Amino acid sequence: MTAKAARAPKTLGAYALLAFALLWLGLIILLPLINVLVTAFSQGLPPYLAALHTEDAKAAILLTLLVAAIAVPLNAIFGICAAWCITRFEFKGKSLLLSILDLPFSISPVISGLVWILLFGAQGWFGFLLRDHDIKIVFALPGLVLATVLVTLPFIARELIPLMEDQGTDEEVAARTLGARGWDIFFRVTLPNIKWALLYGVLLCTARAMGEFGAVSVVSGHIRGLTDTLPLYIEITYNQYDTIGAFAAASILAGLAIVTLVLKSLLEWRFAGELAASRRH
Amino acid sequence: MSLIIKNVNKTFTNFPALKDVTFEARSGEFIALLGPSGSGKTTLLRLLAGLDTPNAGEISFEGENYLKLNPRDRRVGMVFQSYALFRHMTVAQNIAFGLNVRPAKERPSKAEIKSTVERLLKLIQMDDLGKRYPSQLSGGQRQRVALARALAINPRILLLDEPFGALDALVRKDLRRWLKRIHHETGVTTIFVTHDQEEALDLADRVVVLKGGKVEQIGTPLEIHSQPSSAFVFDFLGSANKANGHIKDGIAHFDGFSAPVAGAANDGDYTLRFRPYEAHLSRTGAGIPVTVTAVLPAGSNLRLELKGTDGALFETQHSHGSEAQGFSVGDTLRLKPERVYAYA
Repeated sequence: MTAKAARAPKTLGAYALLAFALLWLGLIILLPLINVLVTAFSQGLPPYLAALHTEDAKAAILLTLLVAAIAVPLNAIFGICAAWCITRFEFKGKSLLLSILDLPFSISPVISGLVWILLFGAQGWFGFLLRDHDIKIVFALPGLVLATVLVTLPFIARELIPLMEDQGTDEEVAARTLGARGWDIFFRVTLPNIKWALLYGVLLCTARAMGEFGAVSVVSGHIRGLTDTLPLYIEITYNQYDTIGAFAAASILAGLAIVTLVLKSLLEWRFAGELAASRRH
Repeated sequence: MSLIIKNVNKTFTNFPALKDVTFEARSGEFIALLGPSGSGKTTLLRLLAGLDTPNAGEISFEGENYLKLNPRDRRVGMVFQSYALFRHMTVAQNIAFGLNVRPAKERPSKAEIKSTVERLLKLIQMDDLGKRYPSQLSGGQRQRVALARALAINPRILLLDEPFGALDALVRKDLRRWLKRIHHETGVTTIFVTHDQEEALDLADRVVVLKGGKVEQIGTPLEIHSQPSSAFVFDFLGSANKANGHIKDGIAHFDGFSAPVAGAANDGDYTLRFRPYEAHLSRTGAGIPVTVTAVLPAGSNLRLELKGTDGALFETQHSHGSEAQGFSVGDTLRLKPERVYAYA
């Protein structure tokens, strides 16, 4: 990466631009975030804690973490495989694969949820099979995971592809001539080279997976304490005029996102040298 | 002969990369594969390493059919133009890689690996740099590490794919001398790919010139240099002057003068070639009429660029003390080749 020469702002125009950017950020990001916390704690700490201490709230938090814990590793594995295929082989339909990979970015999450209903719902294509064998996919954990996986599909692959493209295959070829076997090459050469990008992708994917609303909303069925993830739980409590409950849950979701962000910044700070080295070389 | 390459053919989708390539290398020999880009030299190297398989032909080493062995059993050390060092490993870890990935049964002990790494670090004169990362090294140092890494597996053949291609002229020269020494010390059969004729002639015991996937000529540097087998080899090995002439009874006849022909040639009209350092310039007498367009220093020589009356360009080289020193831009002179090469 080339370092751009940045300098301190000097002219009035530069200061104005800076002020505008800060103001805008404050208005769009900081203000709503503060609002969440202020509302959540508007009646003090005890009601806040009480709102989070209900069975439904705890179930929603656990379910959100569980869905992310299943969906993110799945997408990590898929992301590595996809990035590997795309950057290591020349084949027909490569650009088509790339476009399909981006599809979840461009289609509405509602559709990403709806497709699972159409496939696995009671009236769906495979509905009869599931009914016969008493398997529940929609309105249950598998449906939530599927919807989340679909929405967050591109995050990790998209992070890896440009890096692996840039790094090329020379090191892997060299490892092969030195006698390394397939898995040895992957674990000793490929994975260490992509670990930071992979971690970035995982963090982004996690944040998105925990916050997903639209797709999950369609497949959830809104069974309180069973299939309500944190974002769904927030909406329902809010609609029931339980402002403290809704904002307390929102503060947890925002907190999870901030933890992810801090983790990412920490990694960047702690391993700045290695990061730069692995990108430069 | 230890390495035998026989009638090897390789075709990529509708594009023949190698056509009936055949040559052999003695044990410990240093062979240079010389050719322009697209001549198939890197393809041949990849076939030897087992990274690709030929469509037809045989490759064997000391009687063993190499095509039946997968890359890791061939014990072939490869050095790439891009170095291809493992960027997340230190120099020492890079060198030890080939030993560390061996199956537990064949893997040397930790102490043995350590002493091998130390020995190789000494060999590449980087004793103190084992803990550095590749990004902290210069290009020349990186390529030395790459060579040490390839040597660590105690290879039977060493393959070098334009190893000095990404380095500047001074470093190249230095590494060339150093590689020669390493080859002398290790005695491993070496195949060196390059498009730099000077490098090939300087390093190799024998040079294989490739053109469009075919072997054009095989010979020692001296043979290749003094008896190029084709116009392609002649032109590829250095600057070539061209002039039309007529050969009769082994003598080339020009307009008003003649010159001896190197090698045998049938009578007839030819485009004759001669080297810049095998030509004589004078103010009077017989020769091709030329005008001096530039006088330049070229190391121990003086290089003159000349232009014929019909616009043809020529180049000559003379020692600094010769009478050529008296010529300057704009002078009209006579150019007379001392020896010409004739190719049909």
